[in-house]
Amino acid sequence: MSAIVGTKSSLTWAVHLSLVAMVVLWLFPTVGLLVSSFRTTDQISTSGWWNSLSSSEQNLTLRTDAPDTQIEKDGLFIIEGNLFGEASDADISVWGTSSRSIDDYTPGDVAELKNGTTVTVAANGDYLMQSEVPMDGRRGQRVFVTAQTPPEFTLDNYRNVLLDKNNRQGMTKAFFNTLTVTIPATVIPVLVAAFAAYALAWMDFPGRALLVAAVVGLLVVPLQLALIPLLKLHNEIGIGKGYLGAWLAHTGFGLPLAIYLLRNYMVGLPRDIIENAKVDGATDFQIFVKIILPLSFPALASFAIFQFLWTWNDLLVALVFLIDSSGETTVMTKQIVELLGTRGGNWEILATSAFVSIAVPLGVFFAMQRYLVRGLLAGSVK
Amino acid sequence: MHPAFQAILTIIIGVGGCVGYFYFSNQFLDKVVFPSRGPNAGRNITRANMVRPWLFLFPALAALSIYLAYPVVETLRLSLTERLPGNRSQFVGFANYQQMLSEAKFKEALLNNLLWLVVVPAFSTAFGLLAAQLSDRVRWGNIAKSLIFMPMAISFVGAAVIWKLVYDTRPIDQEQIGALNALYLFFGGDAPVTWMTQIPWNSFLLMAVLVWIQTGFAMVILSAALRGIPEETIEAAIVDGANPFQVFFKIKVPQIMSTIVVVWTTITIVVLKVFDIVFAMTNGQWETQVLANYMYDKLFRANDWGVGSASAMVIMLLVSPILIWNVYNARKEMQ
Repeated sequence: MSAIVGTKSSLTWAVHLSLVAMVVLWLFPTVGLLVSSFRTTDQISTSGWWNSLSSSEQNLTLRTDAPDTQIEKDGLFIIEGNLFGEASDADISVWGTSSRSIDDYTPGDVAELKNGTTVTVAANGDYLMQSEVPMDGRRGQRVFVTAQTPPEFTLDNYRNVLLDKNNRQGMTKAFFNTLTVTIPATVIPVLVAAFAAYALAWMDFPGRALLVAAVVGLLVVPLQLALIPLLKLHNEIGIGKGYLGAWLAHTGFGLPLAIYLLRNYMVGLPRDIIENAKVDGATDFQIFVKIILPLSFPALASFAIFQFLWTWNDLLVALVFLIDSSGETTVMTKQIVELLGTRGGNWEILATSAFVSIAVPLGVFFAMQRYLVRGLLAGSVK
Repeated sequence: MHPAFQAILTIIIGVGGCVGYFYFSNQFLDKVVFPSRGPNAGRNITRANMVRPWLFLFPALAALSIYLAYPVVETLRLSLTERLPGNRSQFVGFANYQQMLSEAKFKEALLNNLLWLVVVPAFSTAFGLLAAQLSDRVRWGNIAKSLIFMPMAISFVGAAVIWKLVYDTRPIDQEQIGALNALYLFFGGDAPVTWMTQIPWNSFLLMAVLVWIQTGFAMVILSAALRGIPEETIEAAIVDGANPFQVFFKIKVPQIMSTIVVVWTTITIVVLKVFDIVFAMTNGQWETQVLANYMYDKLFRANDWGVGSASAMVIMLLVSPILIWNVYNARKEMQ
C-alpha cells in the first residue's frame, strides 16, 4: 500500500519489527523444547535453554578419583587426574571443598583436607591430591567448582529414548503404534468420503439437499458425545478396545469434514467434462474413477493431511477406544502424558519424547503446507 | 500378529473392501438387478440410476449414523438414566442434571469454559488478523506466516509439554529454566512463582497455549480474506486521506466481517472440545477444570455414565447454536 501513497514511512519499520516480534514469540516455546532435547540433564536443570548457545557459568559438584587409584611416589600418596574426566574446555573461576563455601579457592590454590591431605585444582580441571599417609574411603573427594563451560550439545537423549534396548521410555513402540493407527485411519475415510461426495455433488436424487445439510450439522457435533455409546457398542459387537475400534472411530469422526470438503471441491469441477463423458456412454462409476478422482487430487490431499495430523495428534480417541489395561497399544500422545506424570522433572526425556512425536507432523506440515492451507480455506464453513 | 503387519493388512482389506464394494455393487446393480438389455432396458437404466446414489452413499451414511448421529440420541438417553448392576438401567428423569448442577466442580468447569469461550477466540482472531495484515505487507511475509502457522501441526499434548517448560519453576536459589519465571524475576519479581497453581492466572496460562495454536489458523483464513478485498475501495480511502489505521479498521475489517465470524465460530467449537491441554497440564486441578475434562473424569474415573452423559449434553447444547447457524447458511447457499 505504501507504494500507492508513494512514501515509505516509519510505519514500514514498525510493521517489520512487530512481525519479527510476533514470529519470535511464536517460535520461542518450540525452539526451547528443541534445544532442550539436545542438552544433558545437568545443563537443563542448571540453566535456561536460552543460555545454551553462550558459554555458561555453572556450579558443578565433581569428584576426584577414588582413593584406590592412588599411587605412591617419593613417599607421598597421590591421586592425579581431571575433574571433568577428560581434558575439557572448561574454565574454572573458583572452587571449594565444602558445599557451604564453594568459592574458597581460586585455581592453583592448595586446600587442606582432613588427615593432612592437600588438593589443588587448576583452571582446566586438572587436580592433584597428595597425602603423607595412604588415603582411605570408598569414594573420591568432592570438589565444588564454578566454571565457564562452552556450549555443548548431545544426541544421547535421542539415543536413550529411541534406541534403548530395554525400551524404558516405551517411545519406540508407541511410535509404531501411532503409525499403525494413523495410516488406515487416514486412507479409508478418504475413499469412503470420495464416493459419497460424488453422489452428493453430481447425482440427482431426492433428499440430497437434506443430506448435505445433515453433513454440515454433523461437522460440529463434539466427539465427546460419542464416547460412551460407541464404547458400549464396540463391547457388544465384540470389537472391544483395540486398533479396529480406533480405526472405525477415526473414520466416523473424520467423515463429515471429508465429505464436506470433497463435495465442495467436486461441485466446482466443470460440468462439460462430466456431461460429455455421460453422452459418450460412461457410467457413473467410470466417471468417478477416471475423471473425478484424478481431478480432485488437491482436495483429497488436503483432507488426507488434516486427517493424518488429527489422528497422529489425537489423545482422546486413543484413550477411549484403543488403549486397554495391558498398555501394549499405547500411542505417543498417551506415552507423553504418562511421562509428564511420572517423570515431570526429567526434561531431557520429556523434551526428546515430545519432539519425536512432533517431528513427523511438522515434516508433513512443511512439505504439504500448500494443500493444508487450501483445505482450511475450503473447509471453514462460510 | 505384529501390529505393523496388521496395519498393512487393514489397509489392504479396508481399501480393497471399499473399492470392491463400490465396483461389485455397481456391477451387480447394472448386470443382475436392473440389466440394461432385454425388453425393459430403458426403464431398468432409469431405475438403476435411482438406486446408484445410495450405493455410493451407503458406507458413508452408515458410518455417519453409527458414529455420530446414534451417539447423540444414545447420550441423551444415557443422561436421563442411571446404571444399575447387571447391565440394566433405570429412567431417572433429570436427576443426573440436578446432581451435576449441585457439584462445585461442574460450576467451576462451566465458568472456566465460558471464560475460555471469550478469551481464546478473541485473542486468536485478533492475533491472527494482526499477523495476516503485517505479513501481507512485507516481502518475507510467507516465511513469517509459515512459522506462525506451524503450531497447528503440533499435538495438544506436544504443546502442553512445550509450554510446561515455559512455565517451569525452580526453587529461588537456583537458576530458573522456565522462561516465564526468568522474565518475571528479570523484571523485578521477588520469588519464582509456581504458575500452574496460581488461581486464576493458571487458567489464562492454559488458554495461552490454545491461542498460540489457533492464531495460525485465524491468520491463514483472514489473510486470504484480506487479499480478496477489492483494491479500489482501499485506493479510494487513501485518496480521501485516510491514514493506515483508518484504512485497516474502517475499510478492511468491515469488508471481511463475515470471515471473522467464521473464524470466531470455528475456534469456538475447538474451545468447547478442548481436553488434551487441560488433561496433560493440570488435569483440572487448581480450579482449571473445563467441561470436556470434567466429562472424561465422570465417565472414566468415577464411572458415572449418567452425569458424564449429562455434561456431554451440555457441550452439545453449547455447540447447537453454531450447528443451526451453519446448517441454515448451508441450505441458503444451496438454493
